[in-house]
Amino acid sequence: MADVSTTDPAGGARKLSVASWFMVACLVALAVIPVAIYAGGNAFWLDIATRLVVLSIAAVSLNLILGFGGMVSFGHAAYLGIGAYCVGIPTYHALFGEFELIATNSGIFHVILAVIVSAVFALITGAICLRTKGVYFIMITMAFGQMIFYLFVSLETYGADDGLVITSRSEIPGIDMDNPLAFYFLCYGSLLAVIYLVHRIVNSRFGMVIQGAKGNEDRMRSLGYSTYVYRLAAYVIAGAICGYAGALLGNFTSFISPDMMDWAASGELMFMVILGGTSMVFGPVIGAALFLLLEQLLSAFTVHWHLPFGIMLILTVLFVKGGISGLLARMGRSNG
Amino acid sequence: MASTLLETQELQKRFGGVTATDHVSLQVEEGECHAVIGPNGAGKTTLIAQLSGMLAPDAGTILFNGKNITQLTAQRRSHMGLARSFQITSVFMGLTVLDNVALAVQAHTGHSFHFWRPARQDQALRAPAMEMLEKVRLQDRANDLASEMSHGERRQLEIAMALATGPHLMLLDEPMAGMGPEETARMVETLKSLDGITMLLVEHDMDAVFALADRISVMVYGRLIATGSPAEVRANEEVRQAYLGEAA
Ligand SMILES: Nc1ncnc2c1ncn2[C@@H]1O[C@H](COP(=O)(O)OP(=O)(O)OP(=O)(O)O)[C@@H](O)[C@H]1O
Ligand SMILES: [Mg+2]
Repeated sequence: MADVSTTDPAGGARKLSVASWFMVACLVALAVIPVAIYAGGNAFWLDIATRLVVLSIAAVSLNLILGFGGMVSFGHAAYLGIGAYCVGIPTYHALFGEFELIATNSGIFHVILAVIVSAVFALITGAICLRTKGVYFIMITMAFGQMIFYLFVSLETYGADDGLVITSRSEIPGIDMDNPLAFYFLCYGSLLAVIYLVHRIVNSRFGMVIQGAKGNEDRMRSLGYSTYVYRLAAYVIAGAICGYAGALLGNFTSFISPDMMDWAASGELMFMVILGGTSMVFGPVIGAALFLLLEQLLSAFTVHWHLPFGIMLILTVLFVKGGISGLLARMGRSNG
Repeated sequence: MASTLLETQELQKRFGGVTATDHVSLQVEEGECHAVIGPNGAGKTTLIAQLSGMLAPDAGTILFNGKNITQLTAQRRSHMGLARSFQITSVFMGLTVLDNVALAVQAHTGHSFHFWRPARQDQALRAPAMEMLEKVRLQDRANDLASEMSHGERRQLEIAMALATGPHLMLLDEPMAGMGPEETARMVETLKSLDGITMLLVEHDMDAVFALADRISVMVYGRLIATGSPAEVRANEEVRQAYLGEAA
């Protein structure tokens, strides 16, 4: 059976207790530490934490299809870009006119647009990608990601490859988006909501089907499942969530460029998922944290900071089955 | 005679130069256990794959309950009452025994676009799944991972999964493969207890075949060379030469 990772939802409560405690500790730390440091007068770590939380949402959404669904998408960053442009383009037109239909600073509108456009893109490309398997699937998802990348590179109006400055952030009633703390808690709350949402999905009837289809699609079909439609639905959900993360990312950086969505960015998301571990919904958050930390540390020493990442990824895949969270889960088991 | 549940007419399948299914016309009667025997590479698995819808035949027709199902997908056939087990054990290793069967139950309990309620607490899935496990006497292993089970137990689990889809006809591809004598005896007993379900049984273990089969078809090089009662097949000279001789 081609069961690559250690997706092991069986008796989760029994086995994952160490990992669950670790998750709670991480989430509490995320709520407290960056805020405390910020209150102490240092804005840098809140900045890093915001990026961490936003990328975590993207990575958790990727894990829904990659870890639980076995769909190794190499184009997931496209949705980050789509989401960000769904903030940038309407605010651009709100400022410079034209396209009155979408010209607005309304954050609700931006988010809805980001989610819908991402879902539609996922539906169309997923319908094609999911006809293929294995390495072909990886290649074709990457190709669609690059297609979107080149689309935005060619759009002169929106800055082409120089990118687009978002002059004013989304306006959301009751939230001061220009206040870093308020914005951080919006992102943090979103992460909690997304983790819970994905957790519910993974354990639902739907979740059982996509996990079954990952383990053994032929078996699922002979049991009577039309696996294709379920996988496609999962692909669309993951894209929509990542589009939402993209809308947050656009607001965070106040700047969007096609670089946010090229294949290297997709590779970074995959790195977070695989390093963090695919067997837990929370796993990619650990991966994202490690990624950002390493990026900070290594980029201080060398411009070739991607190289150690590649080596680490290979080591993880070879030796740490199920990534860091898989390791934690096993610790939980051997401790009783 | 009872009515015909499954029928193939002149079924053909080639892989390059190999004719794996050579003008196979076969009838499985309602309620019988119909064994298909034949040497390695005779085309038995290929036949089952075509019957279950995993493989498209090059030519010929498959009728199930009188309906032409040749073009239907595997999932459609499953919903019509066709279930199969695999020659290579095919259970979900990362799931518990009960989860495995519950997933099979779920396939036939409406659509699965339910995103919120935990499937593992759903009695509509768990209770029937537990019932199936009792039929194959695996109820004590319900909460163990499939990966922790012995080979023989996994084969039993496969039967439970096939049963959980509520089949009229089970296509069983060597359910005793790789089993010791005790496990084989247990499987024979399990299959015997399933009266009312028609079976197409591919099996190498002759004792098991003669214990279970109402009729036997013999396949050699993709061709059916004989079909008849166990006694007839045992007495058939061509069969003895082609197959039983070397197996005995
Ligand atoms: N996908 C395939 N591609 C090419 N040849 C195949 C394929 N599947 C089966 N064959 C060939 O078709 C023939 C029949 O194979 P099949 O697996 O159906 O035999 P079998 O009767 O099930 O054998 P066994 O008793 O060993 O399980 C063999 O010669 C095999 O090599
Ligand atoms: Mg075979």
